[in-house]
Amino acid sequence: MTKMTGAEALIKSLEHEGVEVAFGVPGGAILPAYDPILDSPIRHVLARHEQGAGHMAEGYAHATGRVGVVIATSGPGATNIMTPLQDALMDSVPIVAITGQVSLSSMGNDAFQEAPTSGMAMHCTKHTFLVTDANEICEAVHQAFHLASTGRKGPVLIDIPKDLLATEVEWHEPAPVDLPGYKPSRGGHKRQIDRAIDLIMKARRPVLYVGGGIIAADASDQLLQFAEETNTPVTTTLMARGAFPDTHRLALGMPGMHGTYTAVTAMQRADLLVALGTRFDDRVTGDPATFAPNAKVIHVDIDPAEIGKVRNPEVPIVGDVGIILGQLGSELARRLTDGTLPDRSTWLETIAGWQAQHPLGYEQEPSGPVKAQYVVEQLLNATDGDAIVVSGVGQHQMWASQFWSFSKPRTWINSGGLGTMGFAVPAAIGAKVAVPDELVIAIDGDGSFQMTFQEMVTAAAEQVPIKVVLINNGGYGMVKQWQTLFYDRRYSAVELSLDVPNFPALAESCGWVGLAAETPDEIGPAIRKMLSVDDRPVLLEVRTDPEEMVFPMVPAGGSCDDIALGPEDL
Amino acid sequence: MHHTLSVTVQDKPGVLARVASMCSLRGFNIRSLAVGPIHHAGLSKITLVVDDVEVEQVTKQLHKLVNILKVSELDPNESLEREVMLVRVSADPGTRREVRDTAEVFGATTIDVGANSVTFELCDHPQRLTDFLSLVAHYGVLDLVKSGRIAMARDGKAKTRSTAGEQ
Ligand SMILES: Cc1ncc(C[n+]2csc(CCOP(=O)(O)OP(=O)(O)O)c2C)c(N)n1
Ligand SMILES: [Mg+2]
Repeated sequence: MTKMTGAEALIKSLEHEGVEVAFGVPGGAILPAYDPILDSPIRHVLARHEQGAGHMAEGYAHATGRVGVVIATSGPGATNIMTPLQDALMDSVPIVAITGQVSLSSMGNDAFQEAPTSGMAMHCTKHTFLVTDANEICEAVHQAFHLASTGRKGPVLIDIPKDLLATEVEWHEPAPVDLPGYKPSRGGHKRQIDRAIDLIMKARRPVLYVGGGIIAADASDQLLQFAEETNTPVTTTLMARGAFPDTHRLALGMPGMHGTYTAVTAMQRADLLVALGTRFDDRVTGDPATFAPNAKVIHVDIDPAEIGKVRNPEVPIVGDVGIILGQLGSELARRLTDGTLPDRSTWLETIAGWQAQHPLGYEQEPSGPVKAQYVVEQLLNATDGDAIVVSGVGQHQMWASQFWSFSKPRTWINSGGLGTMGFAVPAAIGAKVAVPDELVIAIDGDGSFQMTFQEMVTAAAEQVPIKVVLINNGGYGMVKQWQTLFYDRRYSAVELSLDVPNFPALAESCGWVGLAAETPDEIGPAIRKMLSVDDRPVLLEVRTDPEEMVFPMVPAGGSCDDIALGPEDL
Repeated sequence: MHHTLSVTVQDKPGVLARVASMCSLRGFNIRSLAVGPIHHAGLSKITLVVDDVEVEQVTKQLHKLVNILKVSELDPNESLEREVMLVRVSADPGTRREVRDTAEVFGATTIDVGANSVTFELCDHPQRLTDFLSLVAHYGVLDLVKSGRIAMARDGKAKTRSTAGEQ
């Protein structure tokens, strides 16, 4: 046993969990922990704002599946990470947040930089620890990593009073995790597996409705195999883009509010939905009462509370979706020895018909304003799709998801559940730190970018050469779209200046390369120029058509039957 | 209608706050909540009475809280339910006798007598408390406090909706 301070024990515990990098901002209450960081192999990435540090930890976790770490001080440091915590909760991203707290004896006295961190974080984390004994630091860290990275993944916060960081403790290997109230299931219930296969063996119009759980469970290979074996088309939600290759003959693209006509309509017509690691989010279902009205539902999820929350399934299966796909596959193989699946060629032909009739589209006039969709396609061509794409929130996010062609998991990183503007730049930094050999490109909006752009400085200072393609449509395009469609074109608080800030100059001032493109024929060359820089971060500003709208569209709360292909349908 | 849940929890800081605020944030209305330690060290039991909501969702959401070990729904017909009430009833020397007679029928104990009031303690099934209250109401209730309901299944009748992590 070695004696050390609580702060040293904290850092050593992080090393013990295999942490390679932590994103953070120091301050009074967390100061003791910043001293041993100097001697630790853990790389500390100094963000310019704790929200940025939190999204970096998320980007790291999205790109690798490993736990991202964010460190902040008490009070304002802690309040600044609430957005990333909630973001990570909604999208089941494994991160551990460590916050300093005022000394135990001062807690509750409105001490300088005191905030009720664990109370605030209670609702936007999977679990919180408030450490009240320095000897508990090692166990708290160990349990926090276990909770964040198992079951339904998510954020966990450890709040540590400053005096405990200075207290002398004995470092010990943390005891094995003993959480009697936390026992996530793994394999699915045999009887439910049988019932699921019963339904699959009968279904004439099945759809695999796939969510981010497939990526969290690293189950893309099992999904591909199961889809092919059952000859079932697959729709991947905003959180699941990349879980199934978009070029596959069974791929339908994204469902939901801005999903493809085919994905949305296939679910409406389906007689069976196999929902895998997904939660029937309102952005997917529209009005849940009219969603997939003829479909029986098999719902597979690691979180029992998701099952029946929105839709009561015929067959509930709780557990790890990768394991369950394996179980389903074996049972299917057994049945196929003396049975056959129904002929699905008519269903697949119907689907192919929809795809041919209503593909995603846009019109780029050669000398007209640049369409953001065109930029995404040009970027896809120039990179062969071999990149990790990160996005902000708004129209550009939808276009990136619609027009990029994903071929593998963990290549699409975005804020789905919370819709957090400002996510892209810091999340891209986190991803690039995690996988430095990959090309990491943020497709960001001018509005979203302005929420966290100080992190450009972090990227330059820490030498994290990400790329940002800034879709500058002069404002909050998505909000403007709603005002166009539902508020009689009365535009309120949606216009941002096209010229201020001068984005390339701003980027240059932060140590980046700043580029700009304004006409369709400038896009290709500008992208190539951007891709040729790899020793510095690069921002490419593209001015795009401020009038362009995202379609198809299922209006919020409306029925997926009423999917609009253009404004004339609304 | 309402549902009574018996929730076994670890005595950890904030556990009560987690239960209470999870319920309020998810729109589950709590009618009554009582908590106290049990015979196993480090554990407490919360008896939670919620309005007629999707009790399945309440149970599942409770299970997601890491410090919660077990959640059972108690069927009112198969369980023992108790609540303690202290009630101060207006009673002058002329009505005191009558009021105390009523109390006696219910087995309520007189625990304080003032010039113009009598205070009773009654520990019984919640319905009996309600019945008693309605009988003394017309004398005038001056003050009232209830403990919140506690309950346990009758011997051999526990109905566990789900245990942690399982279906
Ligand atoms: C932090 C935050 N504040 C407000 C919103 C509401 N909101 C959603 S999209 C949007 C506009 C996004 O603008 P921009 O990033 O330029 O994307 P565009 O739609 O123009 O492509 C706003 C304000 C949000 N999602 N997040
Ligand atoms: Mg914009």
